[in-house]
Amino acid sequence: MSEQIEYTKIFGRPESLKETPTHYCPGCGHSVAHRLVAECLDELGLREKTIGVPPVGCAVLAYNYFNFDMVEAPHGRALAVATGIKRVHPDKFVLTYQGDGDLAAIGTAETIHAANRGERISTIFINNAIYGMTGGQMAPTTILGQNATTAPGGRDPRLHGSPIDISRMLAVSNGVVFVERCALDSVKEIRKAKKAIKKAFQCQLDDLGFALVELLSPCPTNWKMTPKAAWDWVAEEMVKTYPLGVIKDITGYEDKK
Amino acid sequence: MLMNGSQTVGEAAVRAGCRYYFGYPITPQNELPEYLSARMLDVGGTFIQGESEVASINMVLGASVAGGRAMTSSSSPGISLKQEGISYMAGMELPAVIINMMRGGPGLGNIAPSAADYFQATRGGGHGDYRTPVLAPAGGQELVDLTFAAFDLADKYRNPVMILGDGLMGQVMEPVIFPDFIELADLPKKDWILDGCKGREPRAIYSMLLGQQGELYKHNLHLQEKYDRITAEELRWETKGTEDAEVVVVAYGTAARIAESAIEELEAEGIRAGLFRPITLWPFPLPPLRELSKKVPRIAVFELSMGQMVEDVILSVGERAEIYFHGLPGGIIPTPAQVAGFIRSAVKGDGTVGRRIDV
Repeated sequence: MSEQIEYTKIFGRPESLKETPTHYCPGCGHSVAHRLVAECLDELGLREKTIGVPPVGCAVLAYNYFNFDMVEAPHGRALAVATGIKRVHPDKFVLTYQGDGDLAAIGTAETIHAANRGERISTIFINNAIYGMTGGQMAPTTILGQNATTAPGGRDPRLHGSPIDISRMLAVSNGVVFVERCALDSVKEIRKAKKAIKKAFQCQLDDLGFALVELLSPCPTNWKMTPKAAWDWVAEEMVKTYPLGVIKDITGYEDKK
Repeated sequence: MLMNGSQTVGEAAVRAGCRYYFGYPITPQNELPEYLSARMLDVGGTFIQGESEVASINMVLGASVAGGRAMTSSSSPGISLKQEGISYMAGMELPAVIINMMRGGPGLGNIAPSAADYFQATRGGGHGDYRTPVLAPAGGQELVDLTFAAFDLADKYRNPVMILGDGLMGQVMEPVIFPDFIELADLPKKDWILDGCKGREPRAIYSMLLGQQGELYKHNLHLQEKYDRITAEELRWETKGTEDAEVVVVAYGTAARIAESAIEELEAEGIRAGLFRPITLWPFPLPPLRELSKKVPRIAVFELSMGQMVEDVILSVGERAEIYFHGLPGGIIPTPAQVAGFIRSAVKGDGTVGRRIDV
């Protein structure tokens, strides 16, 4: 008789992710962000009660990867769509996942007002300082001096205005209970990002108010960098405009280190 | 009950099972959201005054995909802003009811009644190859009946449905009788909604179809089949005194009610004028109007626009009867006597009021 070896699974694909290869470019932050969202949903047991609203932009195909109910919103309207869903199903978990063009440009009104109403919705905001899907045009979040196809020579504040800091803008609103800015450039920051996402989700479960996690995310393709250089650029340049950390926290949750 | 048209639609919607209303104020339909803001509290529904028309229609989209009977209302410039969401809902096959109490345009126009949004309402309005059923009440009790019908049609075909009224209809008070509340539990079950994937495979509802196997092509053919079914099965119209008529007036909504009074005036003069009133503007009741045009020598089209529905009348009538048209831009409501002048002129074929259309 051969000896039976017992294996213990210590790492695998979260149930909230489908077994589908993604279309994202090498070094892109979306794959990491998707995984973090999926892990948090699994750990909180939320997959079967989640309705997700992906953006228009690179993550528009998120419904191919996430293994829960999903509805596509028109560009920028994710938080309006999510508001409608949440009002019908106050007991379900409603998540929007939006890029900077979606959330901070065309959808600015929807973002500010859903947050200000204190909608019990969790928002993941991917900030890569550029329009990815359409090919590298300037975003409202493009940092000063950064090149974009529609800002030749780099973003100039007199010509293009300055980068918009949506997270800090939202933090002044009474409906918002938690905002944290994290980065997807290193293992250490990715771990922090996961904690922030989980905390934002908890805000909805506990009926506290609107919560958002901003993720500074590399876009090697449109930044015209190697993945390694893009990660470094997040850590060294992007954080100067968008400093990492908790921007607002009135949850009353103890931060377990 | 004695209520104005906008409130009438609000009460009818609640009784028809609408529990989710999202809107943005615009004159002349504010009595509707104001009424529902209070009424939704009574029935445990949701009323949100959105930050814009764009946000409001997308809240409707969200409530609809989640399975609720959802509605928004607006007036012309506001409906232009809602077209994005309406196109998406048509593409995603989501039911919703949209009320347009039309005002004068283009642009900001004015707040007086008009019927100049016929093209926008019946031709899609937003981008893409889609249609929305459009119901045109003539006011009063019909506002109640067609509001009920609109929610049922929307659910039956998984498609947005528009009720096209105007500022006059919205503000005139008329006596109406409401049916009882429908039981929400009695509504046909929707097996496509998003409510979390517990006990089933996850669902995704989207309008972007990038598939290399002609996914969008197939989807559009599927939508077209649905529109063909609606065209075959959902035509609504009304005729009055069309037998032995020497002229038939084609008009809808408020214009039809003015025309009705004009026809009564003409009766005293011995002019036999009938009325053909389309109730569905899309699908347009083309077959019955075509039949009528084989028996009547003259068709007189009267619109509170410079000529929009008349194009559908031309398609229906062809060269089978002479077509006369009289239209007025938004902002002025004519008297029955003025419309009678047009009909008289059409009967004589002298063209002093309105004009003859050469097909």
